[in-house]
Amino acid sequence: MTAQGDAPAQRGGVIHDIGYRRYEGARLGRGAAVRALFSHSVRAAYGFGRPGRAKILPFALVLIMLVPAAVSVAVVTLVPEGTPVELIPYSRYAFFLQAVVAIYLAAQAPQAVSRDQRFRVLPLYFSRPILRTDYVLAKFAALGAALFGLMVAPLLVLYGGALLTDHPAGRHTRDLLEALVSVAVLAAVLAAVGLVIAAFTPRRGFGVAAVIAVYLLSYAAVNVVQGFTMSQGDEGAARWAALFTPFQLADGVRVWLFGGEPAGPVAPAAGLAGAVFPLVALALVLGCLGLMVLRYRRVGLA
Amino acid sequence: MNATIAALTARGLLGRRRSLLLIALPMVQLFIAGGIRLTGEVSTETSAMFLQTFALGAVVPLLGLIIGTGVIGPEIDDGSILYLLGKPIRRPVIAVTKFVVGAGCVALFGALPAVISGFILTGPADDLPLAFGVATLAAGAAYVALFLMLAVITRQAAVIGLLYALVWETLIAGLIPGAQRLSVRQWALALADRLTPEISVVATVGLTVAVLALAGVTVLATAYAGLRLRSLALAGDE
Repeated sequence: MTAQGDAPAQRGGVIHDIGYRRYEGARLGRGAAVRALFSHSVRAAYGFGRPGRAKILPFALVLIMLVPAAVSVAVVTLVPEGTPVELIPYSRYAFFLQAVVAIYLAAQAPQAVSRDQRFRVLPLYFSRPILRTDYVLAKFAALGAALFGLMVAPLLVLYGGALLTDHPAGRHTRDLLEALVSVAVLAAVLAAVGLVIAAFTPRRGFGVAAVIAVYLLSYAAVNVVQGFTMSQGDEGAARWAALFTPFQLADGVRVWLFGGEPAGPVAPAAGLAGAVFPLVALALVLGCLGLMVLRYRRVGLA
Repeated sequence: MNATIAALTARGLLGRRRSLLLIALPMVQLFIAGGIRLTGEVSTETSAMFLQTFALGAVVPLLGLIIGTGVIGPEIDDGSILYLLGKPIRRPVIAVTKFVVGAGCVALFGALPAVISGFILTGPADDLPLAFGVATLAAGAAYVALFLMLAVITRQAAVIGLLYALVWETLIAGLIPGAQRLSVRQWALALADRLTPEISVVATVGLTVAVLALAGVTVLATAYAGLRLRSLALAGDE
C-alpha cells in the first residue's frame, strides 16, 4: 500500500503557523516589576482587586479606627464654649487603638505573603527580573504603607476637626507632622515583625494566630513587668521593658525625636540613652527583613 | 463523643508547629511568674493582678483562639472535613467531640499553668491559684466553644474572635462599663472573685449571672456549631 510508504514522511511533521507572535513591546524591567508588586500588595491589603468578602474586614477595621476620632471631633464641636474638652492627641491615637492595628496586621500580614507560598506562585515571581530582596522589600513597603494609611486616616479626621473648630492651626499642623513621622516608624516596625512571622507560617489561619500571639504576649508581658517594677519603685526596669513591645518601642522613638508625653507608663530615658529606642527599632526592622531574605532564598523553589 | 474523631483532632492540634505555639504561651507565663518571684516580695494583689491580666487577659483568649479554630479550621480550609462529614456520625457529636478535645487542651495549656504560676507567686498556702485555675478553665472552655462556632460559620473566625476578645472585652469594656456584662473575661473574674473572698479581684457581674452566662455560652455555641455542621457549605478558597 502506497499510503504506508508515505507515512514516515508525514510523521516527520509539519509545523503549522497558527499565528503566535513574539512579544515586541517594551520590557519594563526590574523596577516596574517591583512597583507593580508593591501597588498590587497595597491594594490587596485593603481588599481592592479581590472579591467583596476580602474587603469587608479591612474596611470594618478602618471604620473602627475612625470612630473614636469622629466622636472626639463631635464632642469638641458640640460642648458649650469654655468646657475643658480636648481632641485625642495625635501622637497617642494609634497607641490607644493598638488592638485594632494589631488585628489588622494579624489579618493582612499572612494575606500578603502566605498566599503566595500556599498557591505556589513564588516561582512565577522569581522567574521575572526581580530579586528575592526586591520581593521582600516590596511586600514590606506595601504592608507598611497600608498600616500607615490605617493609622493616619483618623489623624486626618482629627486634624480636619481641629481646623474647623478654631483650634490653633500652627500647633496642630506641627503635632500632625510629628505624628506622621512616628506613625511611619510604628508602621515599619509592625510590618517587618508581622511579615517575618507570616513568612514562616504558610497556613493563613495559623499565621493570624502567630502574629497576634506575638503581639498580645509582648504587650501583656511588658505591662505586667512594668506594673510590677513600678510598684517596687524601680522606674529604670520599667523604662527598658518598653523595648520589648512594638507599640511602646515606636513610642519611645517618638519621645526621643520630639519629646512630649509618653503613651506608656514611663518616659524613655532622655538624651543619649534614649537613642537606644531608635537603634533597637532600626535593628529590629533590618533583622526581620534579613530573616525574610534568608527565608525566601529557599522557600521560593518549593 | 467519638474516640476516633477525638484522637484525630488531638493529633492535628498537637502535631506540627501549632503545638510549639501552644507550649510557648504557658512557658512565657511561667517564666515571667518566676522572674517576678525572684526579684522581690510578691503581694497577693500583685499575684492576682498578674493572673488577671496575663493568664486570664492574654494567654487564655489566645489559647481559645488557637485551639478553638485549630480543632476544625484547618480541616474546613483544606476541604478534608468532607471525609469526616461523609461518615454516618451525627454532626452534633462531631462538634461536641471537637469541643471536648479543645477544652482538654485549654485545661492542659491554660488552666494548669495558671495554677502553677499562681503557686510560684504566692506559695501553696493560698487559694488564689486554684481560684484562677477554675476561672481560666471556665473562660477557656467558653472561648473554645465560641471560636469553634465562629470557625464553622466563617473563614474569618480568627479575626472576628480577636475583635471580640481585644476590642470588645479590652478596649470597649474599658471605656463603657456596660460592655463588661457581655464579657467572658468578666464572668470568669466573678468566678475567681467568689472563690477567693479575701482577694480584691474586681468583678462587675454577679456570680449567678456569671456562671449561667459561662455555661450558657459554652453549651449554646457548641450546639450551634453542631447545627451549622449539618449544612456546611464549603466556599472556594479566597
